[in-house]
Amino acid sequence: MNEFYYIIPFIILAAGILISLVIEMYFTSSEKILPWFSILTFLASGFSALFLVNNVKVVFENMLMSGGNVNFFIFIFNLGAALVTLLSIDYIKKYHTYYGEYYILLMSSVLGMSLMAGAKDLIVIFMGLEIMSVCFYALAGINRNKLKANEASLKYFLLGSFATGFLVYGMALVYGSMQNTSLEYLFLNFTKFNTNILFLAGLLFILFGLSFKIAAFPFHMWVPDVYQGSATTVSALMSTGGKAAAFSAIIVSFASVLTVVNTNVFAPYFGAIAVFSMLFGSIVAIAQTDIKRMMAYSSIAHAGYMTIGLASGNSYGVSGIIFYLAAYTFMNIGAFGIISIVEGKNDTNLTIKSYAGLANKKPILAGLLAIIMFSLAGLPPFAGFFGKYYIFIAAVKAKLTWLAIVGVISSAISVYFYIRIIVLMYFKESEEDFVIENSNTGLLSVIIAVLFVILLGIAPNSVINLISYFAK
Amino acid sequence: MVNNQLLSYLLLTPLIGGGLILFMPKAKENAIRYAGLFISLIAFVISLFLYAGFDQHNPGFQFTQKFLWIDNLNISYFVGIDGISLLMLLLTTFLTPLTLISTWKGGITKKIKEFTFFMLMLEVGMIGVFISLDMFLFYIFWEAMLIPMYFIIGVWGGEQRIYATVKFFIYTMFGSLLMLVAIIWLAVYASGPLGIFTTNLLDLYKVGPNVPRDIQNYMFLAFAFSFAIKVPLFPLHTWLPDAHTQAPTAGSVILAGVLLKMGTYGLIRFCLPLFPQAAVYFAPFISILAIIGIIYGALVAMVQKDIKRLVAYSSVSHLGFVVLGIFALTQESVQGAVIQMVNHGLSTGALFLIVGMIYERTHTREISFYGGIAKIVPIFSFALMFASLSSMGLPGLNGFVGEFLILIGSFKSPVLNSWWYTIFAASGVIFAAIYLLWLYQRVVFGEVKNPKLESLTDLSPREMLILVPIFFFIVWIGVYPSTFLNISAASSGRVIEQVLYPLSSLVK
Repeated sequence: MNEFYYIIPFIILAAGILISLVIEMYFTSSEKILPWFSILTFLASGFSALFLVNNVKVVFENMLMSGGNVNFFIFIFNLGAALVTLLSIDYIKKYHTYYGEYYILLMSSVLGMSLMAGAKDLIVIFMGLEIMSVCFYALAGINRNKLKANEASLKYFLLGSFATGFLVYGMALVYGSMQNTSLEYLFLNFTKFNTNILFLAGLLFILFGLSFKIAAFPFHMWVPDVYQGSATTVSALMSTGGKAAAFSAIIVSFASVLTVVNTNVFAPYFGAIAVFSMLFGSIVAIAQTDIKRMMAYSSIAHAGYMTIGLASGNSYGVSGIIFYLAAYTFMNIGAFGIISIVEGKNDTNLTIKSYAGLANKKPILAGLLAIIMFSLAGLPPFAGFFGKYYIFIAAVKAKLTWLAIVGVISSAISVYFYIRIIVLMYFKESEEDFVIENSNTGLLSVIIAVLFVILLGIAPNSVINLISYFAK
Repeated sequence: MVNNQLLSYLLLTPLIGGGLILFMPKAKENAIRYAGLFISLIAFVISLFLYAGFDQHNPGFQFTQKFLWIDNLNISYFVGIDGISLLMLLLTTFLTPLTLISTWKGGITKKIKEFTFFMLMLEVGMIGVFISLDMFLFYIFWEAMLIPMYFIIGVWGGEQRIYATVKFFIYTMFGSLLMLVAIIWLAVYASGPLGIFTTNLLDLYKVGPNVPRDIQNYMFLAFAFSFAIKVPLFPLHTWLPDAHTQAPTAGSVILAGVLLKMGTYGLIRFCLPLFPQAAVYFAPFISILAIIGIIYGALVAMVQKDIKRLVAYSSVSHLGFVVLGIFALTQESVQGAVIQMVNHGLSTGALFLIVGMIYERTHTREISFYGGIAKIVPIFSFALMFASLSSMGLPGLNGFVGEFLILIGSFKSPVLNSWWYTIFAASGVIFAAIYLLWLYQRVVFGEVKNPKLESLTDLSPREMLILVPIFFFIVWIGVYPSTFLNISAASSGRVIEQVLYPLSSLVK
């Protein structure tokens, strides 16, 4: 069959981007059309990926892979982006900052993420990463009249370029030592090169570059400022899709390390960044007063949990990460979604104190946020718990029980700040009096996200079967 | 013909009922109250059917139902009960409707709908814990149950409720997370001998005794730590007085009546049979902690100024007896521990209810506020006397049976092998008499010094309706305990056998 058949999800997205450009140019009412058009594109791309999930094939001269977990990743990116778009409709109205580029950049960034997930060549990873990152740099500063947004954008850009520099340098070293950029080649010949110091240094540099994007300690400096300064909806996508894409790139480029037994020379590196990310994220989050900064540190901690899966270096670890990413995508979009609804004009109501008494004002929002917080804290029967369970199984199987123990200790610490939000919402009276504007589309998006959080917690069976089947 | 779906019905009744209550209009408070009561009564009736269909001579698990839930990790929805869990189930479903009635006037005045919902969810969690035979399923209920309790203390509790509820939450969560790692480790280890990754408890029973001794010790400690926090065993008890004092009456009753039992139940169901050699090894150590808890709890209870705090510390003391009974590892002592779990649920539950009733009238729990109320509220005074006597173990009432069995059992225990345990534990009985009678003397006897007490009203028919069933069972257990001891006899015999002869019981 024609190779183009296998990359239908990519084609839909690319075509959607091009058509959106035209819509934006020629229709005066593009503000009404574009969001719905992009949601349609996301859903079409996402579900076509799900439909093609069983057609595992490497296409275009070993450049791109489609089917299997690649398509599952694409599905998650698209679904997440669709939910974020749904959130953005009212959020943009609130700030009176409609730019048609916003939706087009969202779509382009998802195309970049999908390329990262499907990459079979180092060059494709680089291309995908840059498409995604450039879109994020622009999206972070989309509200160009806001000083904080400019700061976030510039900070993200400078540090991001630095990280990309590492990545490319690493790729150059890998290419230099094995005279090839194909990941398939790397996979098959890993044992041949793993005594070559330059080769290992190259991989390590690639890992540095990607660790930056997953927001792991010690590459986390940008996270709190960028999440805080960017539009809340953009932070939602950055913390979920961006992180998931970087993890997918690590999984594809380190497949040899992660699936072939006894080759995980990077286990100490993964273990160290897992431990530090978890503990650092959980402990520093306690001291935060701004809810977006708190979510940023929580994001660092969650990057740590997922890195346990990388340290384990077995198929359980890989499928654990993928499951965790799916769960985390819904949890975080839900959380940022509620933050974007509660947020007032000009960055008001963003401290955690603003959530005091929310249960009386907006019982539905409070209930949804409570479920998300319990899930982020890792309480059953929600998705977050199951993700952790899976990851810890991988760690124990890899004889890294100590890593699982550090993981549970950090979970216990993180309970404190997640629970604090619930304490404020339910047990305290509100101190500031402000009106929360209704947002039907935003609420819809959050409800869908929470439904997935519950569904993945109670009935994870089919998703796990799918993921683990392809992870082996 | 035994209906194997009965346990699932029992689990689903409060779950679906609680879900339906969420859709009732908020304003119809009485309708919500009656609906909650009705649902919890159905659950009680179902558990009576369980009792009727239960074969007391079968030491194994009955009413088992199993289907695969997450096939990739071999996790199944696997439920079943033995005699010990049946008693706990009966206690749970018996206490829940009574506590719901107790909140009808004055107890809970705001957010009735949410309260009823959370109480029913709590019942789901408790039932789930007692019927799960898959470690993963058990862990889900064990943890999920924290959520309703967290809200019950946090929303409807006293002045220090936020501090109390956060402390309670983090304490228990921390303990159970270590257990999670131990569960995973055991399941991964089991995939060696069994050839498959499993969390099925009955399969793990076969694997546990063969775990290397040094690792078995760590595993035992991880499990025991989690359960000991819940019990609570000295010195992990510090969350309990705060949670008990700050919780609303209904919360305290469920907390003391059932939640603490989940800790001791966990010790019997998981710690002992899964890690028998480690259990025998640690038995003297844990028994000493239990005895410290008995004496320490009683001494601290003596000096409390707040009635509810006094009852809370008495729980530390009483649960010490239960733990001693469990780790004495004789048929009598384990039987005594099981019946004492029920007893404590009834008598301390009754005490909390009675304290709640007077608190609703006076809005204070300071002991010094009261005095001489015997003449003003004679029925109340009688009820307090009755519950106190039951709690201190007067022969003829329930407490005596449990304590007597535990003391006999620990006296002749081959594992502990020393009289000193019994001698020190027995002193706890005397202390219990001191703090409870002294409390009674200060509250009920003497002259009425406080003019505010003159207008106190006696127990209403509704309040008597709550206490009479509890008192009925207190007398029943005291006079003819065999009804209840027989239920758990075969099962506790099996547990003892699993611990003391782990290898021979594997052959069967």
